[in-house]
Amino acid sequence: MRYAMAVDTRKCVGCSDCVVACQTENDVPIGFCRDWVVEVMDGTYPQLEIEIRSERCNHCVNAPCVRCCPTGASHIVDGGIVLVEPGECIGCGACMASCPYDARYPHPSGYVDKCTFCFHRIKNGMSPACVEVCPTKCLYFGDLDDMNSDVSVVLKKRKSKTLIPEAGTDPQLYFLI
Amino acid sequence: MKEEIIVSGRMNQLIDPHLHIWHWQISLYLFLGGMAAGILAIAALYFIRGREKDYRTAVRITPFLAPVLLVLGLIALFIDLRHKLFFWQLYTNIKLQSPMSWGAWTLMVITPASFIWCALHIKDIFPDWDWKYKWIYNLDTFFNKYKKTLAWVMLIYAIILGIYTGILLSAFNARPLWNTSILGPLFLASGLSAGAAVTLLLSKDKAERKQFARIDLVLIGIELFLIIHLFMGFLASTQVQIEAANMFLGGPYTMSFWIFVVILGMLIPALLEIMELGKFHIPVLVPVTLVILGSLMLRFIIVYAGQVSRWLY
Amino acid sequence: MTSRRDFIKISAIGAGVLVVGTGAYKVVKALSSPEQVKKLVVGLKRTPTYCEVCFWKCAGWVYKTSEGKIWKIVGNENDQHCNGRFCPRGTGGVGMYYDEDRLKTPLIRVEERGKQVFREASWDEALEVIAVKMKNIASKSGPESMALFSHGSGSSYFTTLMKSYGSANIAEPSYAQCRGPRDEAFMATFGEEAYSPEITDIRDTRCLVLIGSHIGENMHNGQVQEMSDAIDKGATIITVDPRFSTAAGKSKFWLPIKPATDMALLLAWIHEIIFKDYYDKKYVEKYCSGFEQLKAHVKDFTPEWAYGITTIKPDLIMKTAKEMADASPAVIVHPGRHVTWYGDDTQRIRAVAILNALLGSWGRRGGFYRPAKFELSSYGSPSFKTPSKTWEDAFPGKYTIASSPVSNVLIDASIPENNPGLLIRGWIVNGTNLITTIPDQANTLKAIQNLELLVAVDTMPMEITGWADVVLPECTYLERYDGLRVSPHRKPAIALRMPAAEPLNNTKPGYWIARELSKKLALENYFPFEKQEELLDWQLKKAGSSLEEMQRIGVKTFERDADDLYFSENEQVEFPTDSGKIELYSSYFEGAGYDPLPKYVAHEEPAEGFYRLIYGRAPMHTFSRTSNNPNLTDLMDENTVWINPVVAKEWGIKSDQYIWLRNQDNVISDFPVKVRVTERIRWDSVYIVHGFGHAQKQMKRCFGKGVSDTQLITNVLVDPLMGGTGMRSNFVTFVIEKTGEEVAS
Repeated sequence: MRYAMAVDTRKCVGCSDCVVACQTENDVPIGFCRDWVVEVMDGTYPQLEIEIRSERCNHCVNAPCVRCCPTGASHIVDGGIVLVEPGECIGCGACMASCPYDARYPHPSGYVDKCTFCFHRIKNGMSPACVEVCPTKCLYFGDLDDMNSDVSVVLKKRKSKTLIPEAGTDPQLYFLI
Repeated sequence: MKEEIIVSGRMNQLIDPHLHIWHWQISLYLFLGGMAAGILAIAALYFIRGREKDYRTAVRITPFLAPVLLVLGLIALFIDLRHKLFFWQLYTNIKLQSPMSWGAWTLMVITPASFIWCALHIKDIFPDWDWKYKWIYNLDTFFNKYKKTLAWVMLIYAIILGIYTGILLSAFNARPLWNTSILGPLFLASGLSAGAAVTLLLSKDKAERKQFARIDLVLIGIELFLIIHLFMGFLASTQVQIEAANMFLGGPYTMSFWIFVVILGMLIPALLEIMELGKFHIPVLVPVTLVILGSLMLRFIIVYAGQVSRWLY
Repeated sequence: MTSRRDFIKISAIGAGVLVVGTGAYKVVKALSSPEQVKKLVVGLKRTPTYCEVCFWKCAGWVYKTSEGKIWKIVGNENDQHCNGRFCPRGTGGVGMYYDEDRLKTPLIRVEERGKQVFREASWDEALEVIAVKMKNIASKSGPESMALFSHGSGSSYFTTLMKSYGSANIAEPSYAQCRGPRDEAFMATFGEEAYSPEITDIRDTRCLVLIGSHIGENMHNGQVQEMSDAIDKGATIITVDPRFSTAAGKSKFWLPIKPATDMALLLAWIHEIIFKDYYDKKYVEKYCSGFEQLKAHVKDFTPEWAYGITTIKPDLIMKTAKEMADASPAVIVHPGRHVTWYGDDTQRIRAVAILNALLGSWGRRGGFYRPAKFELSSYGSPSFKTPSKTWEDAFPGKYTIASSPVSNVLIDASIPENNPGLLIRGWIVNGTNLITTIPDQANTLKAIQNLELLVAVDTMPMEITGWADVVLPECTYLERYDGLRVSPHRKPAIALRMPAAEPLNNTKPGYWIARELSKKLALENYFPFEKQEELLDWQLKKAGSSLEEMQRIGVKTFERDADDLYFSENEQVEFPTDSGKIELYSSYFEGAGYDPLPKYVAHEEPAEGFYRLIYGRAPMHTFSRTSNNPNLTDLMDENTVWINPVVAKEWGIKSDQYIWLRNQDNVISDFPVKVRVTERIRWDSVYIVHGFGHAQKQMKRCFGKGVSDTQLITNVLVDPLMGGTGMRSNFVTFVIEKTGEEVAS
């Protein structure tokens, strides 16, 4: 099993519903977030192009945060999901420094927190909160090892890219272009 | 015009507009750890080589600073932790891929070793010292018997510690400025240089001082060589590393790095030490302070600049 | 794949390696587990609601934690408005409930109006003060001199109250400040309005034309969802906007039009579609009247003509007209929603309606569908008295086609020096912050100063509550029942809102407030049900359901009476217009003394150094009502002023710098606004998101954040047909540093 997410940049309108749905679902304290929206605009008026991306932890196969964690609090579970165990985290910040996507934040209680692909939900057969709420249905989630999963189907059909593949992390957040 | 903005989210403290998760604590810790490593490595090396008599200060006196530096460093490190009550998790895990785990365990070995080393030489500082309990005398005898083993342990772990202070940063490929293996040797050289400088200051023996001035000169030479290579490497690398180097070559860190670290922390003390080796009499405090401050500045600048350096996407 | 157990993990104490049982570690794990783990227990309590953060009214579920705390709100999968997906504002609706700045208890003004000195009062006392004043006004000047301004679900109760009291002056700013021109234009053309949610069949369209409409930034949930579906299906989107909107970024064609010239483009499109024979001949022949007059009217409005006005190249106008024709009838020239721009808005939207008629999209798949609405039984309360005068008597002969009371007319009629035929002496304002809603703030404040009574019913201490004599704190939609939602859609449906929690503090539901006030006015026979749930249960039983069932399912959708979502082939359709046809040429307008066919009129242009102020919306906020919501402020806490790089360079202005805006009438924004230098805006305009720049200190989170567009809109171009307030003819310049004198003014 290999969980992954695909974000359709052609459909995403940057409404940030993914952000607030994640915050309420996961009790992310106000002022912090596990996912965010980036807008990249290029050109000169009126020749313009825009790309909008809903971003979060890339759940990298070669996750530098897991590699550099001194206690094993950052770990990878079945399905390739990168998680942090608060009870093992000492809050040293090494994982935050190691993440090329800046996907982690220090929770006010001290431990480092991040996107879990809503592990508690997918364990029960549900989609992550952001996927389920997205009004444009631009987020696809599922198991890459399952050819019929939403994410496999859309990745086969459409061209996609990952962010900073040259960082060698083998990210599992795909952006449909 | 290209515009990249975060529409929402990511207002996370300590991440945007650039990472600032690590502050003075880490910089100070890297400096203190590096200097302690330098002091202990030199002491152990000369002891093993049987030069204890020639370099008595380096082997028997200067190491008294090491436990102090290490404890201060550990305190700084502890202050930096955000989930402090869980610090013990460091010592229920060995993570071979994590430099920080290596560091934690190295400190776990070298800190007690440095204490023991000082205990063995306590009478050099306090001639009337009495351990009071017999079992401590027994321990004293035990460690005296295996002092050479202890020295080897100390030497190896001191070098690991010295390199580790650089590897800790260079393991993060997310921060292009840190992501160079030159940082390990550079921080080791810088730590050794600071260690040698302290002995230069403390020693009353003319021959020993001359020797350590020479050692320091060589180390400064090595550091300069490594710095040149550092930038050559960056400039020959990817876009993000070129940009990282440019932070020091015309960018915001140019002045502080070249003035405080290279000129004041290396070139001027080197010049003063050369003059000292010649006929001129220079108050030794001046080059020593400059070297130590330069070493401190190096850590601060690299730690802060590294957090600004990032991948662009 | 790596599992954490694959990593070397040796538990050790000190230097010696000792394996420690996992017991201690598990204890810590349990202690430090985030709240979520506890909440994951399946079978949590949920209650149905429909959202009140905007007018789309999506139905959803409120989930509570095992301790009974409101946790999250998610969409109801069976709801046509949201299809199980709430928008960011709906998801962040929890913040409305948790906002610590909420109004907490009734307040009575103790010093002069606007000084904002209040004392706390009991409900009984507050309502008594209102009742006495209302009786006083009724006996002195007649009940018709009271007015109600309302928005949202509470309006029906206060409407009943006002009508029973004897006044028909019931205005919603959503008419004259927003969609009024559109509805009048569609009524004149098709005999029917565009409804809310709009009856646009975007889901199945092949070509969507957006004129200044920024779907995706306006988060009208169902439309955003359907636009996304349309993108998936490869539909063409054509966006006309001086700003590179999000929708423009998704469009095959973006027409970066010169602001205020949309009419010329529309006429050129009509010209092109008629003279290139692109129009749906069969449809036009069968359903439309006035084609020949229209054809003659647009004869000279060529793409070349429009180019000189709109700066849109003729070939682009032709190409887009062809694109629409190719998709016909599955094409939507979107009617828009907030269309009060330049004072000729009804006529502009008439041109939009005409385009749709020519393309045959009205009543067709991928165009506009026929809505179906569930009709609730009414409980036969006593009939209302007919007031001797209404808002229409205030300024006779004006805005004669307005089918709803015009809020700005009521405001003007509250100022004695305007010599209104009916002088308004008291207002009840419910759920609408008139100060930031109605342009020309000075005029609104002048009206307020002349009132004998101003009652504000709201959940938040908005600007308007600061001016009120009595402030009544309403509980939020998460703490109350409200009327059943029966908005028209593809299928008729009912949605229930029920409280997820008890009202916080001393707040009350709107129904209770209106009924208690009616008792004090001896009008309680208009509110026969003591509790709203009794009324709901009665209505639901009549509808073949029950309150109990609806509490379980939230939404009940019915089948349509007939399979008539679209016109069928050869269907004879009787349109509810004067002629029974789609009126390309409006005999109704002609009869009322207005242009029967839309004309292009040139609008004022910015003076040197000034830029047209364009405002719009952000997907995370609903006007100003969400600006203090903790969850939504977290997503966006201030607006920025978008400035083209060329302009910014001229002024030496940089991104992230704070500046003030000054308009053509020398009004300077109260607060500075952050600059966003971006190519996304034309050089002759600036753009800000509406709803920021609050001057109400009690809203701690949003006070002084950003700039209020309403404050800078002092030049109001009123639509002569229906009274809509055109607000896009205001021009601003930049104030880099505010001098002392300017601060004082």
